[in-house]
Amino acid sequence: MSTAPFILNNAFRSLYSAAGLGKIAETEESAATELMQVHKKSKNIEIHKLNVNINGNHILKDINLTIPDKKITCIIGPSGCGKTTLLKSINRLIDTSAGVHIDGTVLIDGEDIYDRNTEITHLRKKMGLLSQRPTPLPMSIYDNVAFGCKIHGIRKRKELNVIVEQYLTATGLWDEVKDRLNSPAAALSIGQQQRLCLARGLAVEPQFILGDESTSALDPISSKRIEDLFVNLRENYGIILVTHTLRQALRIADHVIFMYLGEAIEQGPADEFFKNPKHDLTKQYLSGVFS
Amino acid sequence: MIIHGISNKKYGKLLKRRVLKDKAAHLSMLLLTGISVSLLVIMGIGLYLKSQTILDSHSAWTLLTSSEWKPLKGEFGFLPFIAGTLAITLLSIIIALPISLLTGIFITENAKPWVKRFVFPALDILAGIPSVVYGVWGTLIIVPWIADVVGPHFVEYTSGYTVLAGGIVMSVMIIPLLVSLFVEIFSTVPNDYRDAAASLGATKWQISQKIILRKALPGIIAAVVLAISRALGETIAVLMVCGNLPETPHSLFDSCYPLPALIANNYGEMLSLPLYESALMFAAFILFFVILFFNAGSRIILQQVEKQYKM
Amino acid sequence: MKLKFIQEKIFNVLMLLSTFIVLAFLGSILLTIVRHGLPAMNWDMLTKLPGGGFYIGKEGGVLNAIVGSLYIVGASTIIGLLVSIPIVFYINVYLEKRSIAGYFTRLSFDVLYGIPSIVYGAFAFAIMIYFGLRTSLLGGIIVITLLIIPIFVRSMDEVASQLPKDLLDSTYSLGATRLETINVVIHQIAPGIATATLLSVGRAIGDAAGVMFTAGFTDSIPTSLSQPAATLPLSIFFQLSSPTPEVVNRAYASALLLTIIILILSLSGRFIMHKFSKNKI
Repeated sequence: MSTAPFILNNAFRSLYSAAGLGKIAETEESAATELMQVHKKSKNIEIHKLNVNINGNHILKDINLTIPDKKITCIIGPSGCGKTTLLKSINRLIDTSAGVHIDGTVLIDGEDIYDRNTEITHLRKKMGLLSQRPTPLPMSIYDNVAFGCKIHGIRKRKELNVIVEQYLTATGLWDEVKDRLNSPAAALSIGQQQRLCLARGLAVEPQFILGDESTSALDPISSKRIEDLFVNLRENYGIILVTHTLRQALRIADHVIFMYLGEAIEQGPADEFFKNPKHDLTKQYLSGVFS
Repeated sequence: MIIHGISNKKYGKLLKRRVLKDKAAHLSMLLLTGISVSLLVIMGIGLYLKSQTILDSHSAWTLLTSSEWKPLKGEFGFLPFIAGTLAITLLSIIIALPISLLTGIFITENAKPWVKRFVFPALDILAGIPSVVYGVWGTLIIVPWIADVVGPHFVEYTSGYTVLAGGIVMSVMIIPLLVSLFVEIFSTVPNDYRDAAASLGATKWQISQKIILRKALPGIIAAVVLAISRALGETIAVLMVCGNLPETPHSLFDSCYPLPALIANNYGEMLSLPLYESALMFAAFILFFVILFFNAGSRIILQQVEKQYKM
Repeated sequence: MKLKFIQEKIFNVLMLLSTFIVLAFLGSILLTIVRHGLPAMNWDMLTKLPGGGFYIGKEGGVLNAIVGSLYIVGASTIIGLLVSIPIVFYINVYLEKRSIAGYFTRLSFDVLYGIPSIVYGAFAFAIMIYFGLRTSLLGGIIVITLLIIPIFVRSMDEVASQLPKDLLDSTYSLGATRLETINVVIHQIAPGIATATLLSVGRAIGDAAGVMFTAGFTDSIPTSLSQPAATLPLSIFFQLSSPTPEVVNRAYASALLLTIIILILSLSGRFIMHKFSKNKI
């Protein structure tokens, strides 16, 4: 399990050396060790007393949660209960909506992201987002994956080539698109586009991946591929998914949070949650009384 | 936090620079927008200040209601020009409105899709034809037609350079605007209303008349107001067919002299007499003010209408 | 009972008639221009400057106006783009969706859009007098730029305000600052920029009232910004007022030229819109 990051970084290093970037391989050595150490320390997300008001509507009420690192956490609940708002509060994308009022603390890496001094762009880089509808950027496939890296200062073509190939491979797209990296991303099928968005998000090396019903717009086959990717990725990233179907949570969740009307009713490891739900509402939801 | 071998320190430095760039861009774009918007205010103030000279020696009331236009004698009665502007604008609306409404309904409700593909480019082209070309068409076709064919039935003599000519040419210029706005407005009326009326046995026309027109009424009014402000400011085309006679027109077959034409024809004189220059600036100010009023008002109404439908 | 059907038929006829009238007007205009302009159109018109006495029948062409219009429209379009794109970006990315500043900015540009070119011209003229400037190419460029900025802003804003929120959210979650989304935004609204440009160019090239007192008129091609410049619409206008029928015919030819240019712009605008909306994301 913990050898996975090791292998990843070794692959990294060998690709770099192979690309003739001997010097960078050296610093990669220290980088790789650091990365491994970072990955060894599990950092959960802690949410304390989070309240979110949008235009006077109290959307999230007194949320207290721990979201574990390196696990797949599924947030389930009937539509309109605030799942997406919760997700967007974690990477502060909620800031872009109008009329938003937030109280409480969200600790990531031990730091409150709602502190005045937090640098938002840096925070957001830690949280990759996969939207419901695939959002390929209006550029080529190559440029899509490279976009985030370019922003963060990686401009050399050789380095970018390595990164693009690595992450397209990681999401299973490389073989399908390697001959048309410069064609527009919009020409891909929806399933491919979503995988591209995932590759793009991974390329900036986030800590967590946030998925807002990321498979609901896809056909079952593409959907399964993305789910499989999530299962593989959880070795290195914390994954938080808002799921629209109970079945998805049943399939892949390690940790479940049940929300109802803006409150976090119940949370816990998946086994316990599904076998022994404690709250009445949870029991009702699980048995399909409402959805 | 490292990414792809970039050290913490380097990343931090880069981050600071990026945030700084963002803030700088924010500020400069804000300034740019602010300056552009303030152009509106500057224009109004500038024109008003330029009109001060003539407003000092003549009261606004006299200027607006007197009919004596003898600039060399210092008499500036704007009434003929205001009357001319109003006459042409009103006439153009009267002609254009029914045609545009009917065409708009036809396109939205009745026509088959291929008609739309035909008509929309036609409207685009009409909308794009420059003023001076309309003027040429007006002098070649409309003016002789009025002088030789229409006029003799009504008056003894007319040169053809008349209010009627200006009205017709102006109406053709605003029809594309009105039709495209109407089509937009009619398309936003939800189909539920049509279906409901149809299931009560209404004919297509009855639906159009009683449901669509009624529902779209605020939008129609706003569109008309927009067309009016367009008509008020149109210069060259009207100038070429209206006769440029500084007398209040008493019939459709009289010549007239709208405000924009006044300004355009006499700009050369502006430099000779400061009072004359101020008078023309005052004319421009009147236009500015009226159009500001009409435009702002109609936009606000149109937005309210849109809000209503997007509920 | 029968009344409503008769009514229906009458209005059907009226509607067809109205549509036909609109198309007939267009046809009449185009036919008239072609009929009068084509005979007088010749290569000289396009390639020569007006000779002495051009306006009373002697030789020459309208090259002065063609080049003058090109200079003015070209410069104005470039400056207009450089000014409008940041403004549209600011309104849509830096400002919140429903901000008051955004509302008033949009309203102001709507009003500026509706102000006729004669008022822009008069205002610019007053400014030029104040600064002691004479009619010049620069004056014409300034007026036309001011005239078309609201057109640019308005049409680009229409497209930009429909940017999918998800797209920007995804870009932000890559750690981008607002400025860094400009790449994405511009690519996404590219068709909007294209149409806006065509609209503005069409408007700019056909305008006479704005350039009248600011660019002046001349029979030569301006070689510096402070020299007056001729424009096609004004050239047509002046040729028309000549007593010589030959000159008047040449005016028609010039009008035909202007119309053809506008037609090309208008139809290619449609074509681009059509092509791009097929490939929209």
